[in-house]
Amino acid sequence: MSTVLEARALTRHYSVSRGLFKPAATVQALNGVSFSLQSGRTLAVVGESGCGKSTLARALTLIETPSSGSLQIAGHEVAGASHAERKQLRRDVQMVFQNPYASLNPRQKIGDQLAEPLLINTRLSRAECREKVQAMMQQVGLRPEHYQRYPHMFSGGQRQRIALARAMMLQPQVLVADEPTSALDVSIQAQVLNLFMDLQEQYQTGYVFISHNLSVVRHVADDVLVMYLGRPVEMGPAEALYTRPLHPYTRALLSATPAIHPDPDKPRMKISGELPNPLNPPSGCAFHKRCPHADERCRSERPELRLIDARQVACHHVERIAG
Amino acid sequence: MTTSTPLDQSLLYPSPLKEFWQAFAHNTGALGGLAFMILLVFCALFAPWVAPHDPSEQYRDFLLTPPVWLDGGQWQFLLGTDELGRDLLSRLIHGARLSLLIGLASVVLSLIPGILLGLVAGFFPRLLGPGIMRLMDIMLALPSLLLAVAIVAILGPGLINTIFAIAIVSLPSYVRLTRAAVMGELNRDYVTAAQLAGANLPRLMFVTVLPNCMAPLIVQATLSFSSAILDAAALGFLGLGVQPPTPEWGTMLASARDYIERAWWVVSLPGLAILLSVLAINLMGDGLRDALDPKLKNAQ
Repeated sequence: MSTVLEARALTRHYSVSRGLFKPAATVQALNGVSFSLQSGRTLAVVGESGCGKSTLARALTLIETPSSGSLQIAGHEVAGASHAERKQLRRDVQMVFQNPYASLNPRQKIGDQLAEPLLINTRLSRAECREKVQAMMQQVGLRPEHYQRYPHMFSGGQRQRIALARAMMLQPQVLVADEPTSALDVSIQAQVLNLFMDLQEQYQTGYVFISHNLSVVRHVADDVLVMYLGRPVEMGPAEALYTRPLHPYTRALLSATPAIHPDPDKPRMKISGELPNPLNPPSGCAFHKRCPHADERCRSERPELRLIDARQVACHHVERIAG
Repeated sequence: MTTSTPLDQSLLYPSPLKEFWQAFAHNTGALGGLAFMILLVFCALFAPWVAPHDPSEQYRDFLLTPPVWLDGGQWQFLLGTDELGRDLLSRLIHGARLSLLIGLASVVLSLIPGILLGLVAGFFPRLLGPGIMRLMDIMLALPSLLLAVAIVAILGPGLINTIFAIAIVSLPSYVRLTRAAVMGELNRDYVTAAQLAGANLPRLMFVTVLPNCMAPLIVQATLSFSSAILDAAALGFLGLGVQPPTPEWGTMLASARDYIERAWWVVSLPGLAILLSVLAINLMGDGLRDALDPKLKNAQ
């Protein structure tokens, strides 16, 4: 098992114009995210809307350049890489998008869309490309005659499988999946998730799985990274994190997951309020305004990630809360 | 269906050209338009052989002869003659040459640079976009005919310069349409997916984005074909376009306006020719747009 993706203090700030006479503001969409991903493993990134999950996905796939921090793909540093190197690195990270209706080109046949990565990045002949595409289509459960069809002729689940097939055509080291099942029917979700896992087993791809659906994450993830307002608040092995969440935000998220038979012994932990405005983040711990355990220290001092029980947690009062 | 090997089954599909034709032929209006255009192009190409008379030959004894189905009509002149005794049918057939040339050439000459500029403006919204768009706004701010007159006045009168003038005048609408469509498409995930697949800028522009922007452009192109013929007529009327003895539908329409009360056919027939060819082209454009849109194609 080798490290395929390593992020160190990855940061992305956007400058936002607020009008002619006001100075531009900075949105800290991503702030100091670090993790490493082994081949064949899945890292899930969870958090509510606006916490920087999608920005992270865009930074990992080299669509956006991080403001600072380092990103290594299969041991190669991205920052400062030449144009040709970037092109090579880009092949190794592919992505599956949230909305299967927007991620396929409506004017291109499925076969052509699947063959496109091969045509651009390899020197295979058209016949060889076609053969590879057919093989991949079979693997994701598409029939050979689908080759000549257009995206609008497919259902959402089929489209997401096509999108997955396209992402896997180059057999990337890393696959970033940005909420790949949230637009799908519940009945289709499991099918698509199983396909993700089958392909991972076969190609030993490292997955970065972005989701807000915690039950889906529990199903697929090896490690979980919980984000709040662009910062990681807790990261650790999925099973440990689910059975004993340490950070108050993780606890709140998990207790917010609906269950058919809620455990009466588990106290429901509610958080009130909304995600703070990222243009004007709160001082100290970003979560202090919604945290039931917040005190003076949380308001003034920002907690750093600490290693507790083989997990990284950014909270001053972990011992008191979880203990 | 019989069982066959996977590869064979997908190869059974018709070639793209055949598939396109099947979708196009499904549209009766488009087929009719195509048939009329083929007839017109045939007439234009073989005008000297198709036309019964020389278009400039003046039959002084037959001034303003009505068409054959009216009182006083002559079988010699099927559609009658104009104020100088020239055969209208022959002039219309010869006129098709210039009118089609003007329409097609000016549409192509404005469509291609228009699409290119629009793509560039859409792909580089900060760097090149504002410059291009302000230039187009300036061109739009001037009345189009006035601008065309100014351009012809600079370049000098004549057929080629008329075509250039009309092409330049209709450029801004293509640029604006293309840019608007491109900016809408660029935010969509499939463009990002193509970027991730390693598509370079030309591939992104022409293979990924442009086909999705074609629908409004085709409609605009077919509509501006007609306005190109009419603009050419207006320029000809001002003495800046095609010069009088040469038969051209717009010029014919303009020069015969004095006889509209006495001899309606001299004015109406060139007008009818313009109307029908514009209609045919619009129908064809509709069919083209539908045939190129996979969503409107018959699902197999």
